[in-house]
Order: sequence, then C-alpha cells, then structure tokens
Amino acid sequence: MEVMMNKTTDSNSERREMVINMGPQHPSTHGVLRLELVLDGEVVKEVRPNIGYLHRCFEKYAEELGDYASVTPYTDRMDYVSAMNQELGYVIAIERLLELEIPERVEYIRVIISELQRIASHLLGIGAFGLDLGAFTPFLYLFTEREKILDIFEKTSGARLLYNYMTVGGLMKDVPKDFKKDTAEFVKTFRPKIKELNDLLSYNKIFINRTADIGVLPEKVALNYAASGPVLRGSGMKWDLRKDDPYSIYDRFDFDIPVGSGEVGTLGDCWDRYMVRVREMEQSLRIIEQALDGMPDEGDVTEAVPKRIRLKEGEIYCRTETPRGELGYYIISDKKGGPFRVKARAPSFVHLSMLPAISKGSLIADMVAIVGSIDIVLGEVDR
Amino acid sequence: MKLPEEIFNYLRENNEEAGLEYQTGDIGEPWILVEASSLKPVMKTLRDDPQLLFDVLMCLSGVHYQKEEELGVTYHINSTSLGHKLAIKVRVPIDNPHVPSVESIWKTANWHEREAWDMVGVIFDEHPNHKRILCPEDWEGHPLRKDYVQQEFYQGMPTGE
Repeated sequence: MEVMMNKTTDSNSERREMVINMGPQHPSTHGVLRLELVLDGEVVKEVRPNIGYLHRCFEKYAEELGDYASVTPYTDRMDYVSAMNQELGYVIAIERLLELEIPERVEYIRVIISELQRIASHLLGIGAFGLDLGAFTPFLYLFTEREKILDIFEKTSGARLLYNYMTVGGLMKDVPKDFKKDTAEFVKTFRPKIKELNDLLSYNKIFINRTADIGVLPEKVALNYAASGPVLRGSGMKWDLRKDDPYSIYDRFDFDIPVGSGEVGTLGDCWDRYMVRVREMEQSLRIIEQALDGMPDEGDVTEAVPKRIRLKEGEIYCRTETPRGELGYYIISDKKGGPFRVKARAPSFVHLSMLPAISKGSLIADMVAIVGSIDIVLGEVDR
Repeated sequence: MKLPEEIFNYLRENNEEAGLEYQTGDIGEPWILVEASSLKPVMKTLRDDPQLLFDVLMCLSGVHYQKEEELGVTYHINSTSLGHKLAIKVRVPIDNPHVPSVESIWKTANWHEREAWDMVGVIFDEHPNHKRILCPEDWEGHPLRKDYVQQEFYQGMPTGE
C-alpha cells in the first residue's frame, strides 16, 4: 500500500485522516483494483473503489461483430475463473430468442460442466480467501483438486481456462469417451476433501477470528444493492436462480440451497459467505451425480446448432446463476445478423458497488477479508 | 405472481397521467415505456405497492438508438417475494438526455447509472456521484454510442494499435 497524502481535515481538530491506496497492484485485490481508503488511525472511515483497469468494452465488441455465435468466446474473458458459466448464460439467452429445442444429451452435459466449473471457481475463491488471511496450505490442497477439474475440461474442450465450448444450440464437440468415468471418479475423491477443508480451514480458530462478525451485510441492504449468489445467501436469504427462475434442466435435480446462519458470528458476515460456498460445492456434487445417471449415452451434440442465426426484432433479459451470482445478458435484436445491444450484468460489478456500505468502520486489516469474501473477478467487473 | 401485461393494467389504473405504454417485439419479452418525467413516481409505486413489491433492480442498461436520435435506459426489476419480473424503458432525445436517477429507490442503481453515463452518455439528474466509472474521467466521448470514434491520443499516448 502506498500513502497518497497526509492531511489534517480540520486545523482545530486533533483527528487526522489519511488516504491510502490499496492497489492497483496488491495481492489481495484479486486483480487490478484500486481502493481509496480514508483512514482514521486503523479504522476505515470510507472506501472509494476505483475500477476500469481491465476495461476492454466487451459490449462494443459484441455489437460490432455482426454475428451472434462469435460473441461466445468473448464472454469467456469476462469471468475467466468460471468461463463455462459465462458461455452458458449467453447461449441460453440466444436460444430463448430463437425458441430452440436443445437435445437432452446437450442439456445434461451442460449441467455437469457448469457444476464442475462452479466447484473449480469456488475452490479458487475459497483458496485465495484463505491465502489473503495467511492460510497458505489450504490454497495448495484446493488447487490440486481444481487441477483435476481443469484436466477434465482440457480433455473435453482442449483448453484449460477459456474454453469456447458451449455454442448456440449445442456444444462445440462431444465429450471424450471416458468423460463419465473421469467425472464420477472426481466426485468420489473430492467428497472427503470437503471434510478435510473444514478441518483445515473452515473451523480453524484463527480463521474464524479473522472472518466472524466482519463485514456484516444485512439481508435488506443486500437486496437494495441487488446482491445475488453466495453473497446474498450468506445473509440468510434462500435465493438461487437454479430453483427460483429455473433454466436449462435444473428443475429435474434434487439439491438444497445452503444459506448463512450466523453459526460462528453475526448473520451475513465474511464467514457465512465463505461457508455458503463450501456447502454449495457439496450440492454441486449431488447435482453432478444425478446428471451423470440421467445423461443419455447416445446423441449428436451439434444437431441443433443453427447454421446461421437470424433473429426478428425483440429483446430479452436472461439470467443464470454463476458461481458469483446472477449473470444477466440483456440482448436487443434488430433483424440484422448480429446483436444491436448486448449488456452483461456482472455479479462482481454489483457486489463491488456495495463494498463502501459493508466496510465502513472496519479495521484496515479486515478490508482484505471483506474483499476476499465477496469473491470478485476483475475481468467481470470491468468487462 | 403477475404477468407484465397485468402489471401494466394495474399501473395504468393507478397512474393515469404517467404516459405508460405496453410494447412488445416480434420475439422475446415485453416492456413498459414510461415518460422520463414520471419515471420516479412509477418506480416508487413498483417498489412499494403491496401488489407489486419489486425489491430488486437486477439490471440497468443504457442504449443508443441511432436511427431515432434517442438514448434509452432499460430497467429490469424483480420481486423476490412475489416472483415476477418486468422491464421498464425510458427514452429521451439525444440532445437533451436527462433521466431522473433511481438511486434513492434502489442503491444498486448508483454504479449502473454511472456506467450508462460513461458508456452511452445518459445524464442522470440528482445522482449523488455523477462520474465516469469504467473509462478515465478525462476520456472523450461515450464508447457505446453507435457513431463513436475513439480518440487517437489519450494524455499523449496513442490509443490505437
């Protein structure tokens, strides 16, 4: 951190306020983010997030490409930690506009892949959160697990981070022969690791001391700021788009929505948000198991892919549940070959906007915990 | 749970002067067009009326309609308790693009409105911090306008390839 300026706010008063820049290069800002902290000693009086360092204007690209299908790889690059989920949201939006029927096999593969991606993303989020608070070992354990998922994705799509795998109407190519076996094997080996994680990190006394009662977000404030995903659920609200506004075939699966309960501190604190992610991984495993059972063995995954996408005039706002929350695509079509307007409503952008509200009055060292607990990806904030 | 058309009829009964219009495209979802001057009272009704209870502003998007020489803002709202969704639209002329800010109704609008100003150039009246958000404060133009031309230099640095 670099001290920007040191000034007395009022010559008669003895209180001195100091403005410190946290970032843009700072290990726990998870990307290029600059937070202006107004401090009174160790206490944070005000936070002013400054974003835009990674801004590439994804929306302009999408509108200038002149083709609906070519936008998909660009969506990968928004939240590069959960690229599959970003693609899924976009292709579903276009499929709804086309009123396209998707083959069963494709739907099942999509669900399995997006739940695997959710686990991979949470593993990184949780691991980095621990790392920010000084827990180095869990990070390495979790990365080993994440690696296994990336291996499955690499076999499936050829890429490890930015896949360009889902496409309007189907998938780029079929999954490899041993996809089912590999995934089932992962589910089996990963389940005990969650218990290990709980022993190592979740119920670790130091970790609880660093996260309980910190950055409390009440449910009312969360809704006013349109929080979603684990951040909203951490505040005790049972809201998951997979259940509350179902897309794809999520209504076929049996799973629970974990919510925060203030188990070790106050409802809606950093620990609650963290724990929701851990418990969500267990639920994702349940969904994957059911989907593996239901997935048809035969079927062409490219049969419903349209050769050329032509849309009539109209618009849609389509939202899906990504690991970080509600990802919405607002797409306007004006009868041309490509979209007239694409707006991506990124959950990280929305969550970062409420940082000033939840971090007022906290200590400077707790800022690291608060930023880590909302699990932002700057590629998605800046787009 | 109400459908957009039912919400429109309900709104029209209670806000006769608001100049509401129910519109649809050939495909996709319908929306309600509201005059900018009555946007705030309509939005307040949408949030507070016990029949509607739209407690979440999911998304706010600025749009440039080049052919009509207009700017637009689309609000996507959602009620978590009643489970309905709705799109509200406002359109203003490009030479006087003033839209009232809804930041006092939904706090999340703060950053979305700053983005719409930055990218499209809609001016939100009574916004508490009406600044650019993604581009630097001294950037020229609004990138998501259809006729946008990128400046060649920014603070002496070439912006092209």
